[in-house]
Order: sequence, then C-alpha cells, then structure tokens
Amino acid sequence: MSALPMADAKAATVTRFRVAVYESTGAEPLDAGVRGDLVAALLAKGYAVTVVRPGATLARFTAGTLVVLGRFTEAKPLEAADGPVAIHFRDVATLTAAQAVEVVDGLRGGEALTKPGAWKPWFPVIDYDRCTNCMQCLSFCLFDVYAVSADKKIQVQNQTKCKTDCPACSRVCPEVAILFPKYRHGPINGDVIGADDVRREVMKVDISALLGGDIYQALRDRSAKSKSRFAKERDEDRALEERQKCLVALGKSLEIPPEVFASLPSIDEIRTKADQAAARATAALADR
Amino acid sequence: MTTPLDVIAPRVLYCHCAYAAVVPKATKEAVLRGLTDAGVAFDAVPDLCELSARRDPVLGDLTGDGPTKLVACYPRAVKWLFHAAGVELSQNIEVLNMRTDTPDAILADVLGTPRPLVEVTA
Repeated sequence: MSALPMADAKAATVTRFRVAVYESTGAEPLDAGVRGDLVAALLAKGYAVTVVRPGATLARFTAGTLVVLGRFTEAKPLEAADGPVAIHFRDVATLTAAQAVEVVDGLRGGEALTKPGAWKPWFPVIDYDRCTNCMQCLSFCLFDVYAVSADKKIQVQNQTKCKTDCPACSRVCPEVAILFPKYRHGPINGDVIGADDVRREVMKVDISALLGGDIYQALRDRSAKSKSRFAKERDEDRALEERQKCLVALGKSLEIPPEVFASLPSIDEIRTKADQAAARATAALADR
Repeated sequence: MTTPLDVIAPRVLYCHCAYAAVVPKATKEAVLRGLTDAGVAFDAVPDLCELSARRDPVLGDLTGDGPTKLVACYPRAVKWLFHAAGVELSQNIEVLNMRTDTPDAILADVLGTPRPLVEVTA
C-alpha cells in the first residue's frame, strides 16, 4: 500500500474515531446476539467498528480516539488521553446495544465527526486504468466537481458539489472511465465493462467534436441564433417551450434529475464557468 | 504465526453501504449477522464511499496490514474509491461483491478455509 498525493487537505481535518468491541484477553466474549446488535447499532450511528477476538490483532490505529467496549474480567488498563491515540475503556456487561452507543456518543462529545447520513455520498470516481485525460468531464460539469491536479491530470476535487443521482458526466465520458459506485446499473456502478459497453463507446461521437470543438461555444451560438429568431418572431412563450423541450430531452437521455436543472447557474455564470473550464482543460492538454 | 505457502488467515473488512439502497438490505444484514454470529474478528465501516469522499485515513489503517477480504460492492468501484482517498490497495486484497453475490456465498468465502492469496481484479 502506498499513499497517493491528495487533491486537497481534507484528510488533515478528518478526526479518527473508532470503536473496538473487545473480546480477547482480559475480557469475556459477548453473546452472539448482543455482539450483532451492538455492531449494527454502532454502524447505524456512523462509527467504524473493529471486533477483536482471541488471536486477532486490532488493525493499525496511530492517531485519534479509540473507544474499547467489552465485558472486562480484569482491572481495566489505564486510559490514555494525552498521546496521539486517546483510549477509553467502557464495560458494557450490563448495557443494551442502544445504551452502549450512548456511551460512545458521550465520548465522541464535541469531536468534529461527520453526521451520519447528512449527505448521500454521491460523486464520480475516475477509473485511471481507462481515463485518457481528455478533460471532457471538466468541460461538461457546471458544478466545479472536477479539477486539474498539479501534474495536469483530471481529478475529482469537490465531491460534495456533485448533484445527487446525476450521472451525466459518466455518460459523456468516451472511455467509460467515470464511475458512480451508488448508481443502479453497470458499468457506471463499477461493474465489469462488457463487449456491448465498449461497442457503444466506440459508436459514441466525441461530444466536443460533434458540437464544433466547444460544447459551451456551440450552446452560446445556438442561443444567439435563437435570440435572433425569437426577436423576429416576438414569441417568448414559444421560445420558452422549445427550451423546456430541449432540457427534458437532454435530461432523459443523460438521466439528469430535474433538480439539477433547477439548480443550474445563471447564463452569465455558465459562460464564465465554461470559459474557465475550457482554459484549464486547454492548459492541461497543452502541457501533456 | 503463519502457515506455509503464504496461506494466511486474512482480515475481513465489511462495508455497510449505509447511505444508499444499492446493496440489498437483506444481503447486508445477513452478511453482518453471519460475521457476528461466527465470532470472528473483523472490521466494519458504515460506508466506504463516504470515507473515500472525505479521504478518511481509516481506509489506509484498515487495509494496510496483510491480506484482507473486503466485503463491499464491485471490485472496480472499490479499487478506485480507495485510490480517490489516497490509498492504493495492495495485491492481496480480495473484494467480495454484495451487489451480485449471495450472503451464503460471501460468508462461505470469508469464513471458509484460508486459501492462497488472489489479486484484486477490475
């Protein structure tokens, strides 16, 4: 295992917090049902859990807070709170699973842990075995999810800006290199890419080329033509209707949730973002 | 102490995929219950995707020491989720897929006889 360069400093702000259900030396084993209920309850509250059994060791834990729950038969070891690892031991012999979780919640206290379930972890993941660094995803996404790394590679930088349940960028990727692990169907969910998927991608026309080199420039041109035509026709209702039809068709073909359209930036912001994305993509590609 | 021929009892890391309904609830619950009933040592995390998104160092801690059977979803997704978090999975990580495999098959693999190591395949 080796560490990779991080896209940003998020890891530095993550608080390590783990719960060990301890059933080894110096403690009695829990009943299977109690163990099951306890582990399930801890997971439901968003805690990482390690079940420690005789002969097994705790996975590496070098910094943060470790809460050790068990039916201790020997004097509990001294708690440590001043080193890189703060260890707290709590006897759960007389507690229900829910009560044990409350104990853990109390020890967690004010530590800045993510509230479980506050955000559905929906975001693109790049398969770098397939990615050709073409930057189409960077140009396509309007929500600043993608960025270019210092070594000019495309990367997912702002996962939380991704629109939940929208897999549109994966559909414009010509290499099937963008995954959404929580998507329903393959290969976008990470399933093995079959011959049919590859064939479909071969047939997929480069969206940039299709639109004359720049998707947003093409949209601007189209918008300008429309404005001209609509000005002549003086029929704003008809214009709106046509645009809505286009959006509905686009949404269906790319499986974009309606909420995404509702949260699109203004036209001016889109123009600015498109120009910025195009500049970043051009710069990255030029340096390759 | 290990047995000859690189046959090592692997660690088990289970993902509860808590924040989406893509892994069948019955499968998750049956696998988790099977692990706790069997009385084996294992690690469990609420949701690998969430940990990956915030580049939680727990991902490196839980997969850094020896062979691991990782019970989650598609191997290709798991591999690149870890990569996105700054952790490269080593060659002795085996990914078991709760989206496609039955609880019985997964538990038989996890709780069965230790076997020679296999590579992560995408």
